[in-house]
Amino acid sequence: MSDLGRTPLYDLHVELGAKMVPFAGYEMPVQYKLGVMKEHLHTREKAGLFDVSHMGQVILRHEGGYGPVAQAMEGLVPVSLLPLGEKRQRYGFFTNDDGGILDDLMMTNRGDHMLVVVNAACKEADIAHMKAGLPGVEVAEQRDRALLALQGPAAEEVLEPVAPGCDIMKFMDTGIFTSDFGELWVSRSGYTGEDGYEISVHATHAEALARHLLAHEAVEPIGLGARDSLRLEGGLCLYGHDIDETTSPVEGNLAWAIQKVRRSGGDRAGGFPGAERILNELDEGTPRLRVGLAPEGRAPMREGVQLFANEEGGEAIGHVTSGAFGPTVGAPVSMGYVPAELSRPGARLFGEVRGKRLPVRVAELPFTPANFKR
Amino acid sequence: MKFTEQHEWLKPEGDEIVVGITEHAANELGDIVFIELPEEGKTVSKDDEIVVIESVKAASDIMAPVDGEITEVNEAIVDEPGKVNEDPMGDGWFFKIKPSDPSQMDDLMDEAAYQQFIS
Repeated sequence: MSDLGRTPLYDLHVELGAKMVPFAGYEMPVQYKLGVMKEHLHTREKAGLFDVSHMGQVILRHEGGYGPVAQAMEGLVPVSLLPLGEKRQRYGFFTNDDGGILDDLMMTNRGDHMLVVVNAACKEADIAHMKAGLPGVEVAEQRDRALLALQGPAAEEVLEPVAPGCDIMKFMDTGIFTSDFGELWVSRSGYTGEDGYEISVHATHAEALARHLLAHEAVEPIGLGARDSLRLEGGLCLYGHDIDETTSPVEGNLAWAIQKVRRSGGDRAGGFPGAERILNELDEGTPRLRVGLAPEGRAPMREGVQLFANEEGGEAIGHVTSGAFGPTVGAPVSMGYVPAELSRPGARLFGEVRGKRLPVRVAELPFTPANFKR
Repeated sequence: MKFTEQHEWLKPEGDEIVVGITEHAANELGDIVFIELPEEGKTVSKDDEIVVIESVKAASDIMAPVDGEITEVNEAIVDEPGKVNEDPMGDGWFFKIKPSDPSQMDDLMDEAAYQQFIS
């Protein structure tokens, strides 16, 4: 795996006995000694520490401050960014001219600039996209910073001594904290459905911070395997699987992230790539929709499983985009696209697994209740 | 005890053989979440895919190690696939098979050979 990148925590992962695998161009820990199931369960019970330094952290700056940056970004994302409060973070996505999704991302109003966090797999393309599409805005990737996620009910109690005052943050609040590990950029957010924080730390302090957090008895290191089963139970999309360039945010069941002001009739309606399709879909609906899928038996229904309306005969009417076993749910959990008329929770479909059609029901997302600090 | 290159162990028990997967295999697979066993009474040929195992990440097949008839399957592991990770060499057994040609066992590895094989 010699062409792969390594995060500042690589040596620590190896020391902790991680099984390393290639992911988005990096050597990343898929699991540690506990294994995927126990790491997953531990996160929901206490606190899990994830290395997500492979993701892209980008600062967008304009001499006129946050306003012009937000205005320019509204030309690339169908989200309301101008009125976003200082220190608040918001979820959004870059769209293309066909109304498909180029990547999903988090954006933060940092007072005089914007901080953007993008997926590792799309990092290079996203940065090029921003450089080309944000005239007058300086696009600066923060390559000297690592990113850790501390997730679970014990996260607040663990982080508070390190970043005093982080306890009063609410979901999607952010802050900059001076600490023994340098300046920490903290957001109360994550990818598990649990309460928790994402912590940007300078690379030189990353290992020390990670070791310090891991020293707390409530914290275990968690790999990408559990990260995937956690976000799946949480109903959260994985770019490149549940959403991609062919799926619009409306089909992807992400219309909630498109504020009214960007929709037809809103003061800042449209003005982003693919607006015609997306605005139309918001008004008229879409032929298909991303939904949760709960196989009725024990067999997981993984990405690619074809879905049918009947046990026998007929063409495939949908497909699974993500699927695995959900340790908290204690059963297989999946997400996929189904026709809009079959998208209500409880609708019964069949997934073809190893040549046999097995029953599966449309399920509400998330599978596990969200525990965000509201 | 004998071993196959697919990491199955075979333990003779009277005129039947108990079959499971080795600790090495269970560790490689990771947490097992789903197991589909063959039907009791089924006649199988060596290398038929007769068991499906799904771990957290992926699906695998177990092949019949010898020709014979499946006499018993371990329902307990269907209800609790984690048993295979906990005790792969004991309570995590998969099925019992009555071999139609016991000499097929002679070609399989013994413990020492298997340890060599996985090192």
